[in-house]
Amino acid sequence: MITRIELATKPEFYDADGHSTLAGVRDLGINSVEKVYSFQVTYLLGDIGEEDKILIAQNLLADAVTQDLAIDANISFPESPDAWSVEITFNRGVTDLVAQTTLKGISDLGIDGVQNTKTARRYEFIGDLSESEKKRITEKLLMNKVVEHVLQPGSTVFFPALETQFKLVHVPIMHADDDELIRISKSRDLFLNLEEMQTIQSHFKSLDREPTDIELEMLAQTWSEHCSHKTLTGLIEFNGERIDNLLKQTIFRITSELDLPWCVSVFKDNAGIIEFDDEFNVCFKVETHNHPSAMEPYGGANTGIGGVIRDPLGTGLGAKPIINTDIFCFGPADMPHSELPKGVLHPKRVMQGVVAGVRDYGNRMGIPTSNGSIFFDERYLGNPLVYCGNVGLIPADKCEKTVVPGDYIIVVGGRTGRDGIHGATASSGELHTESEGTWSGAVQIGNPIVEKKVVDTLMQARDRDLYRAITDCGAGGLSSAIGELAETTGAEIELEKVPLKYRGLTYMEIWISEAQERMVIFVPPEKVDEALELFASEDVEATVIGRTTDDKKIRLRYNNQAVGELGMDFLHDGMPRIIRQAVWQAPKIAKSAFNEPNDLTPFLHKILSAPNVCSKEWVIRQYDHEVQAGSVLKPLVGEATDGPGDASITRPRLDSYKAIVLSNGLNPKYGLIDPYWMAASAIDEAIRNIIAVGGSLEETALLDNFCWGNTDKPDRLGSLVRAAQACYDMAQVFSTPFISGKDSLNNEFKTEDGESIAIPPTLLISAISIMEDARKAVSMDLKQPGNLLYIVGLTKNEMGGSHYYEMHKASDPAVPTVDAESALRIFTAVSEATSAGLIRACHDCSEGGIGVAIAEMAFAGGYGAEISLQKIPKTDDVIRNDISLFSESNSRFIVEVAPDAKIAFEEKMENVPFAAIGRVMDDKNLVVFGLDENIIIKENITNLKESWQKTLRWS
Amino acid sequence: MVPRILVLRAAGSNCDQETKFAFDFSGGLADLVHVNRLLSGEVKLQDYQILAIPGGFTYGDDISAGKILANELKYKLADALLEFHGAGKLIIGICNGFQVLVKAGLLPGVDFQADQSITLTHNDSGKFEDRWVYLKINDSPCVFTRDMPDKVYYPVAHAEGKFVPENEGVLESLKENKQIVFQYSAMDDSIIEYPSNPNGSVENIAGICDPTGRVLGMMPHPERHIDPTNNPLWTRNGLSKEGDGVAIFRNAIMYFR
Repeated sequence: MITRIELATKPEFYDADGHSTLAGVRDLGINSVEKVYSFQVTYLLGDIGEEDKILIAQNLLADAVTQDLAIDANISFPESPDAWSVEITFNRGVTDLVAQTTLKGISDLGIDGVQNTKTARRYEFIGDLSESEKKRITEKLLMNKVVEHVLQPGSTVFFPALETQFKLVHVPIMHADDDELIRISKSRDLFLNLEEMQTIQSHFKSLDREPTDIELEMLAQTWSEHCSHKTLTGLIEFNGERIDNLLKQTIFRITSELDLPWCVSVFKDNAGIIEFDDEFNVCFKVETHNHPSAMEPYGGANTGIGGVIRDPLGTGLGAKPIINTDIFCFGPADMPHSELPKGVLHPKRVMQGVVAGVRDYGNRMGIPTSNGSIFFDERYLGNPLVYCGNVGLIPADKCEKTVVPGDYIIVVGGRTGRDGIHGATASSGELHTESEGTWSGAVQIGNPIVEKKVVDTLMQARDRDLYRAITDCGAGGLSSAIGELAETTGAEIELEKVPLKYRGLTYMEIWISEAQERMVIFVPPEKVDEALELFASEDVEATVIGRTTDDKKIRLRYNNQAVGELGMDFLHDGMPRIIRQAVWQAPKIAKSAFNEPNDLTPFLHKILSAPNVCSKEWVIRQYDHEVQAGSVLKPLVGEATDGPGDASITRPRLDSYKAIVLSNGLNPKYGLIDPYWMAASAIDEAIRNIIAVGGSLEETALLDNFCWGNTDKPDRLGSLVRAAQACYDMAQVFSTPFISGKDSLNNEFKTEDGESIAIPPTLLISAISIMEDARKAVSMDLKQPGNLLYIVGLTKNEMGGSHYYEMHKASDPAVPTVDAESALRIFTAVSEATSAGLIRACHDCSEGGIGVAIAEMAFAGGYGAEISLQKIPKTDDVIRNDISLFSESNSRFIVEVAPDAKIAFEEKMENVPFAAIGRVMDDKNLVVFGLDENIIIKENITNLKESWQKTLRWS
Repeated sequence: MVPRILVLRAAGSNCDQETKFAFDFSGGLADLVHVNRLLSGEVKLQDYQILAIPGGFTYGDDISAGKILANELKYKLADALLEFHGAGKLIIGICNGFQVLVKAGLLPGVDFQADQSITLTHNDSGKFEDRWVYLKINDSPCVFTRDMPDKVYYPVAHAEGKFVPENEGVLESLKENKQIVFQYSAMDDSIIEYPSNPNGSVENIAGICDPTGRVLGMMPHPERHIDPTNNPLWTRNGLSKEGDGVAIFRNAIMYFR
């Protein structure tokens, strides 16, 4: 028996979902719809009496004040008879979170007999729609066919579980020739190359047996680019020179050379750890979740943030997640639908889905999202980038794991389902037009409340010393988690013990499933009972699935039958090393010539409204950035709390003013001209953001996230090598070690015509800094009329990749460079001045240069400003007003200083290029005088702010 | 006496630790207690003087915000709650906690039998929003807001915070009993519209108490403005002596002194 309960907002109340759906219809360019009604639908399976149905509908599902309800009928509005109705529900096997909670709610009412529930959404559209418009609304707005489908009246709602018979599968490879090996790799989605298949073949020949499917899968997962980083740790022939392990030669090397005492654990655990105070350390990790987000933006981003939260949680003996960050790269949000390549979701839809995914997961986890950025470029159309980061707080004595034989292996948290099979291997390949449908198995839906419960209970278990080691189940699932954590001991697993979401998974699927919200802990035998009891007390599922051993083998059983056995040595060290070719040549770019415009005001407006500069308030407001109550400097600052903050400052301990400063740097536009200076600029930007808010270089660490195109292609890899070299060079001068990083290669999209679109080389640098006293923080908004304005740093004629040149469709082979020694002096001088309390406001000059920086400071503070370009420190080739105003040279700040601090401030700046350039005004005008004191900008700050805000002011 | 505060946790609670900090900081002794421990009888509500239901997304806010925890209180803990309130003790619900109080039958009056007459529903903006708001504090029997200034500055962060009474009569009786404790306001005397009223609440209502003044529900988060550095304007206006949120918790503690 199936009962259907439908709810709708009463006509006299505001139907928020209906309104936002209507806005979405208009976004599609369809204007004939006058109104949309939305309905929540719940299906109940089981024998339920009429009274119980009413009880469930009235006392659990419906809001008595605002909602109407109907049982086994549709709610009817006056327009309903003429409306087009469509109902959407989840595909078979896709997690339906609300349905699970509904079951609990029904049982709380004391009603039994409901076996299962399922939710759906119904919409009624009032207006004339053609069949093709209905199809577009359904497919482009209402649902994503990867996870949802239209529920036709009378079609199946509840599917019986798929049953499978146990069958041990051997894959015959011992006698396969090369073609056959490649065929096996392809047909099983292993993404292993010939040499790797041959290595596996000879290994099993020496064992004189064929591998089972689970063994092959485990090897493919462990050796995948995603899990092993084989390209960057392999051999690279770069412009005739051989690099043995690029990461070790650059990123790891500088950290080990700097050998800073506050680096607690780097490049070995799930996240890098640095010291915080006497009792606590902090760890930081940034991950990407690009391919899943391209296919299903909401679920992809959802599980992206869910996944990276589990990294600090799986670091040492577990850190409490305290701050999230997110950085996205999308195609242009205003792209016409007609120009969209086939198989690609519209960038606006991707962005809305990604933001909602991060919002719903991060907010529900109770973790503030305090720092981020968004970058738009056409080449991200097929491959949006979704970087998610998480900072954790961990007791100083809980930073190391101990793995010993004989401990019990317990999986904690979510159940295992068929979701996310082959995520690790699939992310190592190119996307193509079929991806939307064919890789649906790689899509995951997150359940933040399960993860929140896991965090809550694990923190208690950690503090009671109930386990000795912990790690997360991420890419590669249990296979990767246990394979890595038990590398030094070995492990024995009974796969049938793993709790499943539904029946019918094979032993192989159980092992490699990437189902979310699972952690693995190793528990000493005498503490197993206490641990299980603790988890049960807060309704967290925890199950013993095996034990650690002492034979350095992973042995897998299913109902007492051996299904796989691999030596840890072969699993982790058996992979043949890759040799890749890399070249880099400076592209031939001419320097364009164009006349200097007299009035630069329109250009300032245009840059302020450029998608890469404009306000991201629409996104930021949807994230909780105050939860945990430690927020000191927020992502939005200023008089109306809507100006662009440079970096966030958070107090992780409410009884202390010691704080964490977070920032990021990213500028793919420079990378196409020179990836070396792109990387240097990203590092400079991340660090100067920290300096701008009052931080210092004292204890500042960096994270690298390389997202590149297909690095099998020598030019793509060559540009990565150059970027990595800059990382080494800059970090050396700034004494800023890298503590963690990650790469995502193969970000290319194959169009229908077979053309491969690569993303621009994209290096995200995230910076974390420890600040002694949060009360020294400075925000970027102008504070007081009459205060003096200074520029610190040198302005150069290097317009390549700049917003101003892009606007003129002009080119320049010179991109912003970094004079690291000079930058170091500037950073030190500015941070000494803030720490001495001499600075009232400080903002870094980045995209759009001095022009954008001063405009943002003015409208964020609600005050006007007058500045002159005449005295700014600049190189001799800067002879034009437009270059002076819009050059994006690095290592520069605009600083506001009170008159009584003038002398002290200027003394601090003695050894760096700086100049007094103007003052804060009591009116609302920004006036800029040019090199010969003529007015080149004069505009009301309210208008400038409007330009900056209007671009992404979405409903 | 130093009152003891039970900060109630459930799956998806997430402002529990800062709420505990706010009470401890203000002179109380707060414990974090999972609802399962109340249900099992392991912890007794009557051993406490103040019950605080913190913000978060209990049970994911699936179905509607706070609904599942509200039903747990209503169907499984009603007697204990009636006894607690009847003994002159205090209850505060913040954000998700307010949603729970309303849906359980603890606000606008403590009555588990009454039909729900007010609700907190989806923001007019259709999405979750985090922003700081000015709140006007009205004359009311509420013990949590005694001797507080006319205006305070707290953040809101919610998707379902629009206060809606079932009808005019319900609104009138709230006014008559002086139960409207907080109303969204502005720094100056400008007309209150979005975003000063962040969610479209009827009559800008941000928080109400029961007729006794001993049950308070509010959408804004006073526990997020305990330290002066929480104030987003502190880099402009300087650091105040303490955050605007402290008074709420101190009043609760002082009630038992």
